[in-house]
Amino acid sequence: MNELQQADAVPAKAPPTGRYWLMWLVLLALQLVNLGSSYLPLGAFNVVVNVGISIVKALLVMAVFMHLSSASPVMRLAAGVGFFFLAVLIGLSLGDYMTRP
Amino acid sequence: MTTIAAEGAPSYISAGYTLRSWLTTRDHKRIALLYGVSILFFFLVAAAAAAMIRLELLTPAGDLVDDDTYNKLFTVHGVVMVWFFLIPSIPSTFGNFLIPLMIGAKDVAFPRLNLASWYIYTLGGLFVVVTLIAGGVDTGWTFYTPYTTMFSNSHVILAVTGVFIVGFSSIFTGLNFIVTVHQMRAPGMTWFRLPLFVWAHYATSLVMVLATPVLAMTLALIAIERLLGVGIFDPALGGDPLLFQHLFWFYSHPAVYIMILPAMGVVSEVITCFSRKPVFGYQFMVYSLLAIAAVGFMVWGHHMFVSGQSMYAGMVFSLLSFLVAIPSAIKVFNWTATLYKGSVRFDAPMLYALGFIGLFMMGGITGIWLAALAADVHLTDTYFVVAHFHYIMVGGAVMAFFSALHFWWPKVTGRLYPDGWARAGAIVMFVGFNLTFFPQYIAGYLGMPRRYHVYPPEFQVLNVLSSGGAVVLGVGYLLPLLYLWWSLRRGRLAGANPWGATGLEWQTPSPPPTYNFASAPRVEGPPYAYQAGGTDGR
Repeated sequence: MNELQQADAVPAKAPPTGRYWLMWLVLLALQLVNLGSSYLPLGAFNVVVNVGISIVKALLVMAVFMHLSSASPVMRLAAGVGFFFLAVLIGLSLGDYMTRP
Repeated sequence: MTTIAAEGAPSYISAGYTLRSWLTTRDHKRIALLYGVSILFFFLVAAAAAAMIRLELLTPAGDLVDDDTYNKLFTVHGVVMVWFFLIPSIPSTFGNFLIPLMIGAKDVAFPRLNLASWYIYTLGGLFVVVTLIAGGVDTGWTFYTPYTTMFSNSHVILAVTGVFIVGFSSIFTGLNFIVTVHQMRAPGMTWFRLPLFVWAHYATSLVMVLATPVLAMTLALIAIERLLGVGIFDPALGGDPLLFQHLFWFYSHPAVYIMILPAMGVVSEVITCFSRKPVFGYQFMVYSLLAIAAVGFMVWGHHMFVSGQSMYAGMVFSLLSFLVAIPSAIKVFNWTATLYKGSVRFDAPMLYALGFIGLFMMGGITGIWLAALAADVHLTDTYFVVAHFHYIMVGGAVMAFFSALHFWWPKVTGRLYPDGWARAGAIVMFVGFNLTFFPQYIAGYLGMPRRYHVYPPEFQVLNVLSSGGAVVLGVGYLLPLLYLWWSLRRGRLAGANPWGATGLEWQTPSPPPTYNFASAPRVEGPPYAYQAGGTDGR
């Protein structure tokens, strides 16, 4: 039996619906924090705060809505690889934009 | 390895002869044939465009077609060859047919998704056909902005929609292969007993699944800017045209590996079989496939050295591009080492595979030149680039496609083709290819730009050689069509294993029964258990 079959043999229990609603409210709250922080005169840290909040939101979506918090290691690896290559796309593109004379 | 025969069971071909039985099939082998017929159609469409281009370039004057038509010809040639032939060519036909057989499975993990991928491919193809009938598209296959979004008066949206749709068939195929390899391997078929053909398709599938969504998103952004005027890529609207190039090449450079990795899988199977030796350095071959797939995602900026991209980013992309050469070279060295002291036979599949190695090496080495920043400034947008990528995609991927076609034809159809004609076909194709594309290296190095139908008279000799070579190459493509068609009715019966090859696909009758094996095979040893000089059953 290989790793995916093992994962199928013990199916992850779906979280209760209430958890999705709670997460949705948390995401909305974080959205408001994001909006509010843009009015604060933090200089360059505005970007840092906003990106930080966005990362937290993305992680919450991955953990709860994509069920990665209870997924098998292969599934987490698959999702991780996707995000790694997204980071490559953004990172190397920014490498161009940020070093143009 | 246990022999698993299913004598007496009806073959997948005789499972049904009606059109309905083919169009509703979930058998991976039948879907592979559906793909085979479809890609042949699109190959002929794109080849017709190439023939017009070469005919036009016989003379320095633009005397066959006008400049707009010429732009449309090279666009349709590129769009159709890349997305409707090269990308699905080996994975959707031979990958579909062989992966379940090679891992000892009855079918792929998601047979319905497999059929859906063919229908989606067909729908995407329909859009391209409509684009052609409506008057074509003139942007080049790269759809560069802001020309595509703001200025082109051709049918950009139709063409882009077709490519957008066909991308999903690619994603479905990749997804299916990944899950199939994880879930459906026969008992004893451990990861490091997988044939390299399967590893190559696994690596390819990762690229398909990871890269194709970025293409879909980029094409959608083209539509949004062109139709709604939202400024994304056009500087006049506050957009950035280089953003398009970053996004486009993030897909389109790995797309080269979608074409070449399956070809490497084919060549590994053929070289080891016709050398009667286990492939040299199996594990290094596996790691090289995965390394090419991974590093291939980090080199796209070498398409943008002269675009206005930061020179520091250019240096990083240049260095990363050199890195891809390492696993590619490992593969070439290992194929060569497999030949060393082998009992080498020059059957038709082997001739195509050896052709692949030579041409891929030429394409790869000139790729290193182009990855070098300073050299690329001189060579960019010249025929040198055209020659380089044709050596990889046609000399590499298409030669490997024909190698696969000749190697597994007896398995697919149950018939043998005339070997003399097949060897002649391989040689004609190799000669025709070199005659077509080698002069383009010289023309490009001397400064002839690509994508113009009028050129200075001093390039005419090279262009006449190239167009003459295209005729020979055309004969090379036509020959297999003729003798393979002939073999369907008149070829000798092949038997289960005409090459004396190892691998589970050769342990079942030719053509295989619907569910591949009479009982689940059990694998008890490493792949490629050949013995040089030993009896091989041929």
